[in-house]
Amino acid sequence: MTGVHAAITRAHREEWARVVAALARRFGSLDVAEEAAAEAFAAAVVRWPADGVPPNPGAWLTTTANRKAIDWIRRESKRTGREQEARIYDGNDEPTPLDAIEDDRLRLIFTCCHPALSMEAREALTRRMAGGLTVAEIARAFLVQESAMEQRITRAKAKIRLAHIPYRIPSVEDLPERISGVLTVLYLVFNEGYLATGPGHDPIRPGLTAEAIRLTRLLHSLMPEDGEVAGLLAMMLLIEARRPARVSAGGELVPLAEQDRGVWDAALIAEGHRLVRERLATGVAPGAYQILAAINAVHTSARHVRETDWSQVVALYDQLVHLDPSPVVALNRAIAVAELDGPAAALAIVDRLEEKLAGYHAYHAARADLLRRLGLHRESRAAYDQAIALAGNVGEVAYLTRQRDRLL
Amino acid sequence: MQYLISVIDDGTGPATPAEDAAIDVFNARLQAGGHWVFAGGLGSTESATVIDNRGGKPVITDGPFVESKEYLAGFWIIEAPDLDVALELAAEGSKSCNRKVEVRPFLSPA
Repeated sequence: MTGVHAAITRAHREEWARVVAALARRFGSLDVAEEAAAEAFAAAVVRWPADGVPPNPGAWLTTTANRKAIDWIRRESKRTGREQEARIYDGNDEPTPLDAIEDDRLRLIFTCCHPALSMEAREALTRRMAGGLTVAEIARAFLVQESAMEQRITRAKAKIRLAHIPYRIPSVEDLPERISGVLTVLYLVFNEGYLATGPGHDPIRPGLTAEAIRLTRLLHSLMPEDGEVAGLLAMMLLIEARRPARVSAGGELVPLAEQDRGVWDAALIAEGHRLVRERLATGVAPGAYQILAAINAVHTSARHVRETDWSQVVALYDQLVHLDPSPVVALNRAIAVAELDGPAAALAIVDRLEEKLAGYHAYHAARADLLRRLGLHRESRAAYDQAIALAGNVGEVAYLTRQRDRLL
Repeated sequence: MQYLISVIDDGTGPATPAEDAAIDVFNARLQAGGHWVFAGGLGSTESATVIDNRGGKPVITDGPFVESKEYLAGFWIIEAPDLDVALELAAEGSKSCNRKVEVRPFLSPA
């Protein structure tokens, strides 16, 4: 039974975007694609425990979803009395070549990230359609009610349908502009995998980080000269490289300073470093993702946390603050400042961010850590309490709880 | 697929001769590209009359149906295969008439 559940979970992780993307191309409708994909996975939940896991789960899901889509369109045609069957193209049951599948997923992402949609709609739609997150999970990430998120996604799909937002990869001249919107969304998908928001998830969701990396690799292969695509890919690889060390045997998140660097993935680190060096060699001023990649390159160059070049890290954050004056970047910079100038200097910076970050668990976690290092245990405990109350990630909650309980 | 490109005037007033000339060039391009359906400039909102005949007897009121700083100054109806093409044309239209524009799809017959 658990084997079947694992197989369904894995299939969902690996096949969702592929199934939705192929259906969207075939039927020209995100509604049909989403509906039919969801029905196919629901069918798997019923059938696989009884019939056994099919030898090729992806093919089973695609075939089932295709059938569900045709049923759905026929039902809709009958209900509305309109002929919608023109949308059912013929002769499409042959296996699609791998390239076309990759292109389908890219098309799906460019459609979900179309500039005519609001930024929030783009993020929500991409996470639903390409990331396979449930509406409830996305709602949690956005801190809104599930019904409000459902409405936002429905409205975005309606706009795509009514306004004929095309299902394709943009033309060469539009690509650079469109790409930056896609990078934002891919970064968000990666982040959801890097630090899952839902309490029902493992702390890390490697399926999502892997999907984000796969799609970013694909973008990089399409636009090898784009610095920010390369930068985002390098950053993802250098973060993903640390994954084996990020969760303890007890399910706690392990912070960078305490990780066993011996289990970091050397191949991913080498690839990430190579990308960073290639960007540096161009001499072109880096964008935000390239700076983040460089910061991660500094961390992954140190065999021990003591060997970290913190002045380099802070210098890179100074550059980043210039490009992105958001309070979250300022918070991360302060955490690096703590290593260079001590916790008191860092705390002074962090405290100035209270107004903007009071609802953000990482703000309270950073304060708690700095207060602990300054020996202010009572204040530290209060900050840990707030961080724990706001954190959604189970591994992070476990880590923060243990840190708090170690206080005197 | 047809789209309405509404020209929004936010206090710029009537078109200048230079804007008119740029609009003519844009219209010619729409026609040459097979995008042209219809277009027109509208008289000012002071010339508008509102009629409501839902109550059995038409009620006639002077003025536009909504008083606002921004109002519809003209429009294009274009033919375009999808929103990307429509937005590209609308961007050119906005430049030519020197005003912001809104793009909305017509409901397409199923």
